[in-house]
Amino acid sequence: MLDFLKGPIQAIQDFYELTGRALRNVIRSPHYYDDIRLQMDIIGVGSLPIVLLTGLFSGAVMALQMGRALGQYGQTGRVGTVVSIILVRELGPVLTSVMVAGRNSSGIASELGSMKVTEQIDAMRALGTDPIQKLVTPRMIATAFMLPCLTVIDDFVGMFGGWLISTSEYGVPTLQYWSTVWRALDWSDVTQGLVKPFVYAFVVSLIGCYFGLRTTGGTQGVGRATTQAVVAASVTIFVLNLFIGFFFVSQTTS
Amino acid sequence: MARLLRFENVSVEFDGLRALDDVSFSVEEKETRIILGAAASGKTMLLKTAMGLVRASSGKVFLFDQDVTRLAESKMFAIRSKLGMLFQESALFDSMTVAQNVAYPLLNQKSIQIPRDQMEPAVRNSLRFVELEQTLDKYPSELSGGMRRRVAIARAVVTNPPLLLYDSPTAGLDPITAHTIMALIIKERDVNNTTALVVTQRYQDGNLVANFRYNPESGRLDPAGDGTKTVFMVLKEGRLVFEGAQPDLEASTDPYISKFVKRPEPAGH
Repeated sequence: MLDFLKGPIQAIQDFYELTGRALRNVIRSPHYYDDIRLQMDIIGVGSLPIVLLTGLFSGAVMALQMGRALGQYGQTGRVGTVVSIILVRELGPVLTSVMVAGRNSSGIASELGSMKVTEQIDAMRALGTDPIQKLVTPRMIATAFMLPCLTVIDDFVGMFGGWLISTSEYGVPTLQYWSTVWRALDWSDVTQGLVKPFVYAFVVSLIGCYFGLRTTGGTQGVGRATTQAVVAASVTIFVLNLFIGFFFVSQTTS
Repeated sequence: MARLLRFENVSVEFDGLRALDDVSFSVEEKETRIILGAAASGKTMLLKTAMGLVRASSGKVFLFDQDVTRLAESKMFAIRSKLGMLFQESALFDSMTVAQNVAYPLLNQKSIQIPRDQMEPAVRNSLRFVELEQTLDKYPSELSGGMRRRVAIARAVVTNPPLLLYDSPTAGLDPITAHTIMALIIKERDVNNTTALVVTQRYQDGNLVANFRYNPESGRLDPAGDGTKTVFMVLKEGRLVFEGAQPDLEASTDPYISKFVKRPEPAGH
């Protein structure tokens, strides 16, 4: 029983150690600004197309389903409220983070994993650089900055998708749609909508780095690390989402 | 005589397996050690432990007469800058050009301060040493295996380290390219008077190092009449089973050790 638990506990301890060292490096020199910029481009700008597409279609389908459900109560006009709240509080942060996890946790894990199995990580240490400072911290900073930005874009594109369906399918006037969208939102919703992707950014980047850096067993190991990274990052996002949700709900109801 | 590297009863354990088992030896200045051994006998582990990339589970490692066994990683960098290492698969950074790869230690070793205007000449010099000056702007993926190995040597020697570690420099190369790589290792030893550990599975590599010298005039290898400071070591399952000169190695009757010894290559390459 104890032997069975040893593996997972060791893994969690290693992950916390990595997180600690990556965070500590934020305030320690040397800083690799070029690497941060490059990662911002890869993670932020590179993820824009999938975020735009998933945002647009998720907002549209939500308006489609909600419009019909609200229609049963004669409240089709309030479709904007529902779309807005769900997007900003839940769907925007989670969907964006899961999409970026699928794209970048895997990318990070496979890149670092390949470097690990070809001894490039060892070479880095041999040649005077800390791999965590050079590889992990820039990816973490870049993701922490870009994921909230991507979420805001996703939210807005989702609302736009909702507007397309609301006006074309249910004949909701444009002005009414956008004013319900706007009035539905509270400061706490916006905070929640930005805190979530900021937290998930650490999940996406650090889990990718963690599985990448512990890769063993050649190219097959790289594939395994990539899969594990995406699965672990996505599941962690969903689990954390509930806890952060609880926190904000208890804040607003009390 | 100064000792550049010393192992005192060093053992390294991984998941209950002993990769190195009670290994002791010391390397004197301007000495070349040839480390022979079967696959998974701990050869690479020995080099990585010497470099401080892997920490000893027990025993002590001394580099330049300083105990580095429990030294913090941040303090290790200054000592590592005095070592050059050639990794088995070259370990060049894929995302960087050849020039950037060779410049990497100059840019990142904090203890090496080199003015910016001397950076490029140093990189060029190092690449000229391995006769690959024309590949400056190429990426590692565009090079052949032998060329990658040579660029990796250029990267290892660019900082002029007094101690060099070569991990299987000729593994997976054709005989002619392998000879070129060994000639470079001998050239580095004779031109810059460096100390080296050479891990290899081929006895003829060790034979070359022990019996040939680089001739700076012809640029070729000549037989060294007076012999060189070359010591052979044989590892078996993590243990050091032989340490001594070439004649003793060839005279050994141990079945494991004699398996590595082949008759010397005919001279005059």
